[in-house]
Amino acid sequence: NAMTTQIHLVVDGKSHTLSVDDPNMPLLYALRDELGMSNPHFGCGLAQCGACTVHVNGQAARSCVTPLSAVKDAKITTLAGLGTPEHPHPLQAAYVEEQVPQCGYCINGWIMTAAALLKENPHPTDEQIRKGLTGLKCRCGTHMAIIRAVKRAASMA
Amino acid sequence: MKNIDMLRTDLTRRGILKGGGALVISFTAPASIAAAATAATAAPRALDPAQLDSYLAIHRDGSATVFFGKIDGGQGTDVGIAQIVAEELDLPVDKVAVVMGDTATTINQGGASGSFGITWGGKPMRHAGAQARQALLELASKRLKTPVEKLVVSDGVISVIDAPSKKVTYGQLVGGKFFNVSMKWNGKIGNDLDVDGGAPLKKPADYKIVGKTPKRRDVKPKVFAQPATYVTDMRIPGMLHARVIRPPVADATPTAVDESSIKNIPGAKVVQKDGYIAVVAPKEWNAVRAAQQLKVSWTQPAPAFPDPAQLYDYIRKASVRQRKVEKNTGSVDQAMAGAAKVVEADYEWPFQSHASMGSAAAVAEMKDGVLTVWTGSQKPHYARDGVAALLKLPPEKVRAIWLTGPGSYGRNDAGDAALEAAFLAHATGKPVRIQGMRPEGITWDTKGPASVHHAKAGLDASGKIIAYQFESKGFSRLDLDSNESNPAYSLIGQQWGVPLKPLDSFGTPDEAYNVPNRLMAWETIAPPLDRVSPLRTSHLRDPVGPQIHFASESFIDELALAAKTDPVEFRLKHLSGRDAAAVKAAAEKFGWETRVAGPKGDSKADVVTGRGIAYAKRLGTIVVVAAEVEVDRRTGKVRAKRYAVAHDCGCVVNPALLHNTIEGNIVQATSRSLWEEVRFDRQKVTSVDWVTYPILDITEAPEKIEIVLLDHPEIPPTGAGEPSSRPVAGAIANAIFDATGVRIRRAPFRPDALKGSFA
Repeated sequence: NAMTTQIHLVVDGKSHTLSVDDPNMPLLYALRDELGMSNPHFGCGLAQCGACTVHVNGQAARSCVTPLSAVKDAKITTLAGLGTPEHPHPLQAAYVEEQVPQCGYCINGWIMTAAALLKENPHPTDEQIRKGLTGLKCRCGTHMAIIRAVKRAASMA
Repeated sequence: MKNIDMLRTDLTRRGILKGGGALVISFTAPASIAAAATAATAAPRALDPAQLDSYLAIHRDGSATVFFGKIDGGQGTDVGIAQIVAEELDLPVDKVAVVMGDTATTINQGGASGSFGITWGGKPMRHAGAQARQALLELASKRLKTPVEKLVVSDGVISVIDAPSKKVTYGQLVGGKFFNVSMKWNGKIGNDLDVDGGAPLKKPADYKIVGKTPKRRDVKPKVFAQPATYVTDMRIPGMLHARVIRPPVADATPTAVDESSIKNIPGAKVVQKDGYIAVVAPKEWNAVRAAQQLKVSWTQPAPAFPDPAQLYDYIRKASVRQRKVEKNTGSVDQAMAGAAKVVEADYEWPFQSHASMGSAAAVAEMKDGVLTVWTGSQKPHYARDGVAALLKLPPEKVRAIWLTGPGSYGRNDAGDAALEAAFLAHATGKPVRIQGMRPEGITWDTKGPASVHHAKAGLDASGKIIAYQFESKGFSRLDLDSNESNPAYSLIGQQWGVPLKPLDSFGTPDEAYNVPNRLMAWETIAPPLDRVSPLRTSHLRDPVGPQIHFASESFIDELALAAKTDPVEFRLKHLSGRDAAAVKAAAEKFGWETRVAGPKGDSKADVVTGRGIAYAKRLGTIVVVAAEVEVDRRTGKVRAKRYAVAHDCGCVVNPALLHNTIEGNIVQATSRSLWEEVRFDRQKVTSVDWVTYPILDITEAPEKIEIVLLDHPEIPPTGAGEPSSRPVAGAIANAIFDATGVRIRRAPFRPDALKGSFA
């Protein structure tokens, strides 16, 4: 009964053409429900927590409020596309080394935002790290470990 | 492909089936989750708490799997359990896999509860490890025709002393087979379960694995976004997505549902039973849209809640439902009458939310007569019982499988999601995945109770406490029990008309101050609404610990001031042994300067600093927190800049994981102290997201947290999941006083609440 719209995306290097009921569907649901990815996560649906963060053409974006129609032909990178156990992004390696996450549900927000931050500013001060990550939520209180990991990743680069 | 098979692959990769023997597989870790639902009912042997095989299996390759009836919330409890078992079993720790929280393969050990994961959960596991080692030695003795005393074990290989070429491996002895060894079971299920088969335990002095720092097993899967790490990622082909419709105001019930209002959304349908309404759709976004768009008419009930501006007066005036005197020694009244100085103060603490990182999710499937629910609940065995009771199914026809949820720390919204997913799968005949939108996790989770605390003490002429009275009055910590085993303890159950059965419980300060005359009591009041209430209470991390110890440790500082004594010195006057040692350790690490608390020379500056200390116990664990804070006297903004923490929980099983667990507690408790308060009006909870329920931001996280672990390998571990949450608010409040000379007796210490206090 409903009209469907075709939208093309490149996600973690793979090309996809999605057929969706609602072009205003947030990117998050395309990634999780259409493409079956297990990340990013739904945290708030309000761009308040960061659990859904991906890179859209290299910029950190909250996929829970990014309409699919706004990312036509965009290059999307998720945490899974950032690095692999064999070829980890320095932040992923640092996260493992520092054993950062507890429940870890917030992880996409911190790592994807920090990855964009380090790209712009490879050697941030503590203050710049905190300001760069402001607004992201972690309920387990792993903030100290997050800062340690970002500093470690910066020192690895 | 991203479906149930991925989960199976992942579980397999984690090593559950590493070299698995066929016999063991048939009752323990099934080859596929789907097949396991059947295996659960057709298991060759029911899980028998008195059988070693219920806790531990040795595979053909000599590795072991432990079946643990608790779960890990991200602190690494499973690693600690693996260390404890590996230690007793003389296996390398990476050869010990841990299966947690699956009702088909693990016995109910109470789930995550009360920081007992290692304390109580580790006990039967330790005994099982020792028992298995003894059984293996006896088998080896027969196989090698050598008395047990002449055998030595190293890394799962048993060899003959003086003839090391005569050897046999664990895998060769029992790989893939049952031990068939009985142990003495204490007859209890849940937290208290213990077994002991009489095998000797290793002496702490000989520990090689306990006390070391193997890493967590779930960090890499999380960091590399590997599939099926979280319950939110559980997918079953053909499943429907669901969203719930909660009442717009407390106590409203639906009078009409206009299903035509969602007819434009493909596949969207309403599922309703009595007061419970959900929408389901094959596509997740369509379920979300349908929930937003569905027109429902509701009753317009009278306001159910007290005026939030008068909350603490409401609590003080409310009739007492239960009073309990927990400690009453000596004669407080008499001693108080003879005191040189009497000090009295009141403290207040708000409702707080679990506010988990994501609202809860659950997936349920009815297949071959068995209902399986994948849940993030901390207590999957009780979730199974709740599902069975809700749907009137025999418990053996329900299987609950725990997977990491989007946050936890108590009886959050996961228990509700589990029961709702089960109902929806049962009602639709299809697998169903439900996840809450943001309000389900903040507005509608259970709450930590609001309370008031009255403290009164008498000091003698030397400045020692001779009489101490401490009374709390508040909402019960348990309007709902801390698990979802009974539909009365779930929103859906209550929406179906099952009446709430509130329990009465609160608590008293846990400390060891040497005070001869004491009266410690609590009083509970009725919940403001006895059904489907967004202000219903249940356990939130360290239940009632932060509020009680905010009050009691602030009060100890008020007494120290009255005695014109330094806060550390004052505490040490009343403490001894490990408690005193912890106070000294924290003070030393902090660089504590001995002086009476109160403003120094800079007290009229715009930004002032101060330091405070607080100490508390929790079921044997001792924590002391020293804090340095910065207060902006103009804005009322408080920053907890630096902490030094001393933590004594007996034997430290894994110092690295303990460190991170304490650090998380300190930061989370800082958030609860500085920011967290559930907002409500007379009709509803108005905290609905992170803007209306703010938590600590990384720009406000401390600059430094130093942690001293006081390790006592000879003392059985007493738990660390929660204790360090409780002294934080008191330490901050004491530091605020030291900085400003102003005593803050109401939490949280938000700028808008404190602005003007320091003029």
